[in-house]
Amino acid sequence: MKISAAVALMMLMTVFAVACRGDADNELVIMTHDSFAISEELIAEFEAEHNATVVLQPAGDAGEALVRAILEKGNPSADLLYGIDNTYLGRALDEEIFDEYRPDLLDEVPAQFVLDESGHVTSIDYGYVNLNYDIAYLADHGLTPPTTLEELTGPDWKGRLVVENAASSSPGLAFLISTVSYFGEDDDYDYLDFWRDLRANDVLVKDGWTAAYYTDFSQYGGDRPLVVSYATSPAAEYLFSAEPVEVPPTGNILIDKASFLQIEGIGILKGANSKNLAKKFIDFALGTSFQEDFPEQMFVYPVNQNAAIPDSFRFAEIPSEPADIGALEIGEKREQWIQAWTEVVLR
Amino acid sequence: MTANRLLVIGPVAFLAAFFLYPLAAILGRSFGGGEFSPDPFWVVLGDPYYLGRIWFTVWQAAVSTALTLIVGLPVAYLFARHEFPGKTVLKALTTLPFIMPTIVVAMGFIALLGPQGLVNTALAGLFGDDGPQVQVTNTLTIIFMAHAFYNYAIVVRIVSAFWSNLSPRFGESAAMLGAGRIRTFTHVTLPLLMPSLLSSAVLVFVFSFTSFGVVLVLGGPRFATLEVSIYELTVKLFRLDVAGALALVQLAFTSAFLLVYTRLQAQSAVPITFVPVDAVMRKRRGFRDVAVLAAIVVGLLVVLSPLVALVERAVSSGGGYSLTHFVGLFTDDRGSYFYVSPLMVIWNSIRFALASMVIALAVGTAASYVIVRRRGRSGVVDALFMAPLGVSAVTLGFGFLVAFNRAPIDLRGSWLILVIAHSLVAYPFVIRSVLPVLRGMPPHLKESAALLGATPLNVFIHVELPIIARALLVGATFAFAVSMGEFGASLLLVRPEFTTIPVATFRLLGQPGESNLGQALAMSTLLMAVVTVGFVAIERFRYRNVGGF
Repeated sequence: MKISAAVALMMLMTVFAVACRGDADNELVIMTHDSFAISEELIAEFEAEHNATVVLQPAGDAGEALVRAILEKGNPSADLLYGIDNTYLGRALDEEIFDEYRPDLLDEVPAQFVLDESGHVTSIDYGYVNLNYDIAYLADHGLTPPTTLEELTGPDWKGRLVVENAASSSPGLAFLISTVSYFGEDDDYDYLDFWRDLRANDVLVKDGWTAAYYTDFSQYGGDRPLVVSYATSPAAEYLFSAEPVEVPPTGNILIDKASFLQIEGIGILKGANSKNLAKKFIDFALGTSFQEDFPEQMFVYPVNQNAAIPDSFRFAEIPSEPADIGALEIGEKREQWIQAWTEVVLR
Repeated sequence: MTANRLLVIGPVAFLAAFFLYPLAAILGRSFGGGEFSPDPFWVVLGDPYYLGRIWFTVWQAAVSTALTLIVGLPVAYLFARHEFPGKTVLKALTTLPFIMPTIVVAMGFIALLGPQGLVNTALAGLFGDDGPQVQVTNTLTIIFMAHAFYNYAIVVRIVSAFWSNLSPRFGESAAMLGAGRIRTFTHVTLPLLMPSLLSSAVLVFVFSFTSFGVVLVLGGPRFATLEVSIYELTVKLFRLDVAGALALVQLAFTSAFLLVYTRLQAQSAVPITFVPVDAVMRKRRGFRDVAVLAAIVVGLLVVLSPLVALVERAVSSGGGYSLTHFVGLFTDDRGSYFYVSPLMVIWNSIRFALASMVIALAVGTAASYVIVRRRGRSGVVDALFMAPLGVSAVTLGFGFLVAFNRAPIDLRGSWLILVIAHSLVAYPFVIRSVLPVLRGMPPHLKESAALLGATPLNVFIHVELPIIARALLVGATFAFAVSMGEFGASLLLVRPEFTTIPVATFRLLGQPGESNLGQALAMSTLLMAVVTVGFVAIERFRYRNVGGF
């Protein structure tokens, strides 16, 4: 008895003792979402140049990282938060978690990729959420990729589409927003009518991208040849094939207004310890060496127009006309859309 | 006297500091910190949707628990009453499902039962493309199957540990008095096993009740449990108040179940003579015994087949077998900042698991003594100590962030927060395995030792420890397993250098591509290998120190 009690107490004391750790000088902590990736080399370069230590701290998906930053408001555990996109911007601005900063290099970012006019969040990268298809499956079943969203409610595609839950997944929400843009909200046949018909046509809703892609997409053992994913996914399939391939096994379906432009940015958290270093990091992240590094790490496009795009991105076509719904409108209506969608598709 | 006081203070302080305080902190924050408003509760309790979720959560947990007991009991019997070559390894393999990341298990199921899985391919080969097909993915059935798959090891371990020290004499007497095998089982063995059955059943129930990954990944959002709703409200809809209300509703339900259970548990325990394992194992084997054993072993292998399918996929590449994906794990092609060598990842998992195990054993054992001694209100105290299992992981996770965010306890970015979070889920397993044995221990044993002049410490080491040793090992096994398999707490941290095996697996599955999938499965295969070795090591530990018990 004595032993276990003493051990428990010692444990507690150790916990408290070790917990009182000090913060290193010139340390820059960047909170990111789980999908963030960059070369170690570049981080080392920044550290050497500014005599600093950089800690990249993944904090769940974009939504989880944002909730965390909001809960830590005023006493942040990080200096920067990377991963705010146009679906979350409204929330982040409402909560006033960021300080303003406008780097000079913003001049090199084309207007359509500027995420935040108010200057709190600086765009770093962008990508597109759209449908992918399994090339072999469609060929085997004598199908051609759909050219309109309406086709998806027809018999050819019955039970052949898997999407992500708009209430829990970023690509899921992005696709929902594209359907709002495509069908409108109060037309004779609006986005909810479309979703009602999709449901009747046996659409499968999975909770996250990983489950949808790796368990239900026909490419990976499922029975659904259409999946909501990213325009860069075929490029990733090409790069990460088990054996070298000429062309990827999946392709993009780019329907006007039915793909979603997702812009991701970085912001300085209010109350950050290393504010100056944080500004320098944002400048660095907009520079071409950083901008040319992450495309093949994260499978997103650089916002700096001078950054070269890697060769593998020839399989990551850019949609000519993505959905036209701005971050502010999304901020106002996302909850309403999600609830209406959940009502129609899940309940 | 001081020792006794410490014994009480230790676990209570742990619970207060790392459970009640963060929970209060996040709930205070969720409800705005000001005066209490009942509105969020009306949002929850006045909405047929949430009421439906509550009802679904309850009944799916009940069905899952029943199914888990049915799968687990025969295997528990196998390990409790029979000695055979390879038993330790088989026992370790039995417990593997418990630690596997849900998304990986989902892939195992798909590889077997999916549209292009082994079973359906075989059926198509036999009956043609239009013949019968198995369709279980994205149905309720697969949720039940997965819950049983995940949790049957809880039943196997806890019940077989109890069973294997239970004197076979009762059964023999019943047989001598003319009772048949079935009658002996239902009227003698089952009632004697009741404390351990209830113990494991309540764990399975609470786990199924708060299930998140299994339901989401295998069932899909149409089958959302309360835990899923809490997650969506917190992270996607930012309705912290409604999420907080729902988390309290969930906690109220789990607490009610735990209270009912602790009441039953206290009633079902009778002092029992425990005997060494050697006296219990069946030595003589008839044809019937062998047939029963073989059937159970085959059944067990069927249960484990999704894991075999995973390993098979991990070593497949380009139509043949190769170690490409394992080699890929060890190469850092992209020079990524987040690349961590698999050896480092494995070492992280092992050290965090060992640390969590030590804390869980200390807290769990001390808490068990606290509970046993509170004769009057032991049910309430027991339920309180079990509460960390019944609370929403999302809520508690964010609670940690809000609670431990300034000096002197700024745990953010520290690996301790991870270990503490793991121990919080792990120590209830220690309580559930130790308590039935502690309750069944005849009081005269300790009293005689004390009369003969033994100090309390000596009584513990020489009398009590040998008797609870087996239960402690079960607790240790699960504490180790909980930590090894835990993924959710990555929300709380974690610096890349603390990447654990499940986190690394999930990271690989965040991008498309055959080799990402292959490497994720290779990582999971390494997880299985490490955990099997860990389980066998824990099992061996017993024989060295405490002989037959």
